[in-house]
Amino acid sequence: MRIRKSLQTGILYIVIIGGAINLILPFVWMISTSLKEYSFILDYPPRLIPEEPSLNNFIKAWLSSNFQQYFKNSLFVASISVILVVLFSAMMAYAFARLEFPGKDAIFYSILLVLMIPNMVGIIPQFLLAKELGLRNSLWGLILFYVSGSIPFNTFLLRGFFETLPSELEDAILIDGGNYFTIFIKMILPLSKPALATVSIFSFLGFWDEYILALTFIDDPGRRTLPVAIATFYGQHATDWGLVFAASLIAVVPVMIVFISMQRYFVGGLTSGAFKG
Amino acid sequence: MIFPSVRLSRRSQQVISAWVFILPGLLLYVIFLIYPIIKALQMSFYEWSVMPGDPNEFIGLVNYSRALRDPIVAVSMRNTVLYTIITVPGQMILAFFFAFLVDKVARGKIFFRTLYYIPVITSWVVVSILFRYFFQSPKGLINHILLDILHVIQQPIAWFREPATAFIPILVLGIWKGIGWSMVIFLAALQTIPKEFYDAAAIDGATAWRKLISITLPLIRPTLVFTLVMLMIGGFNVFISVVLITNGGPAQSTEVILSYMYHQAFDYIDFGYGAALAFIVAIIIVTVSYLQIRFLRRPEEIS
Repeated sequence: MRIRKSLQTGILYIVIIGGAINLILPFVWMISTSLKEYSFILDYPPRLIPEEPSLNNFIKAWLSSNFQQYFKNSLFVASISVILVVLFSAMMAYAFARLEFPGKDAIFYSILLVLMIPNMVGIIPQFLLAKELGLRNSLWGLILFYVSGSIPFNTFLLRGFFETLPSELEDAILIDGGNYFTIFIKMILPLSKPALATVSIFSFLGFWDEYILALTFIDDPGRRTLPVAIATFYGQHATDWGLVFAASLIAVVPVMIVFISMQRYFVGGLTSGAFKG
Repeated sequence: MIFPSVRLSRRSQQVISAWVFILPGLLLYVIFLIYPIIKALQMSFYEWSVMPGDPNEFIGLVNYSRALRDPIVAVSMRNTVLYTIITVPGQMILAFFFAFLVDKVARGKIFFRTLYYIPVITSWVVVSILFRYFFQSPKGLINHILLDILHVIQQPIAWFREPATAFIPILVLGIWKGIGWSMVIFLAALQTIPKEFYDAAAIDGATAWRKLISITLPLIRPTLVFTLVMLMIGGFNVFISVVLITNGGPAQSTEVILSYMYHQAFDYIDFGYGAALAFIVAIIIVTVSYLQIRFLRRPEEIS
């Protein structure tokens, strides 16, 4: 009986590890290719362990045409967008969760509807709007579209969280002569740190990886963000895989570090969305 | 008090505060998101002129009827539906399988969950390029595995040269990248099921299969429906992987509806037609999501 039990556990782990290997191996392969200096000469059969590993591709990618600028652009756009979207979404979510005002239901239902509509539906008028407002080739323009695009989802998520907070404290603040802004700053925000962290991380990842709007709105090579830069890089050096993957890894690694170090917030955010449905 | 000089009733103070709270977000939301969506609907009824200032010609439903007759729209629609009906069950079944197993292990749950989730957080641009690399011909990794390790093919497959095979890398990528997302959600749902239910079933002599069918699946049903709706929406939104892996080729055979829309709008500068295509996608997604929520959820779950 005991032998059977541990055999079962062994098989269980083997299957789970097998699944994990299949999901992770492509990245291992990417790292290995990025360490091959002459990766455009494809070795056959493909070898996982490079013969003479070298970091030259990383150095070349980092020093090549504007790459550091792209990194800075991405960091700027993603950080500012996160700050704005978290602030504005939290404010809206608080009003939807706690306050009564005319138009509340209509606006909230429009948010739910927009959540279902693909982001790309408005891309043609967005492009024309950006052109008219002089926001093309502007990182601030990108930020405005990013923030607006993610307000519906984040407002929806935060509203769900704010509704679970106890309301007795609010009444106490109002009786003490505070107003709704006091409640928001002194009570709602401090109590919601985990939810705000979740929303911030998810948004940051989304902005860091955003490709479609950045591709459409930005022509000026100096204002590209990393995803567009990597795709362009791939277009120019299609056969120099090691170089392309080194550049990709420089973009991907910060995201992985953020994810692994803050993963409890990820799971919380994902599942709160799931159970509210 | 926001207006200390005027004594406002509690009620009007609340209304004014509420509007101050929603105003900044609402303005951005209306100008940069709602207005473009409505404008896209309007544009879809026009022959939109390329030159700014030129008059746009109202043509009613012509863009829509053109879409119905456009053979590439038919191809794109077929590919989009194919992508959805293959990758959605593919992700859900594999994700459930692994979530079910990981839920059973005593140690390493969080570790495995982290590993499985890594493809989800990686940029679509990067993994699309990576899959393009794996499916190269003749010397790519996939050809090597199929040819020399599994011996299932006689000669390397030129994946991107044939319409029949060019879409396969996109499908594989869609499943591979999405497993972790559903898996994390399923795992959390499985952990909410009280162990006593299984113990009670075991006393009644229920088999593992019976427990799965009669306890596990019914109890996580709302989660399954949620995941299904979200993945279907995601499936219809497939775009980046297509653009970077095949860019719709060869000969537009792997075009999906959003990539075709994008090409019409920004390569052929046919804004009115592009807007109509975008709206067709939106209508399909909203309808399908609504029907799923309406019919797959039990009445008590709709709130």
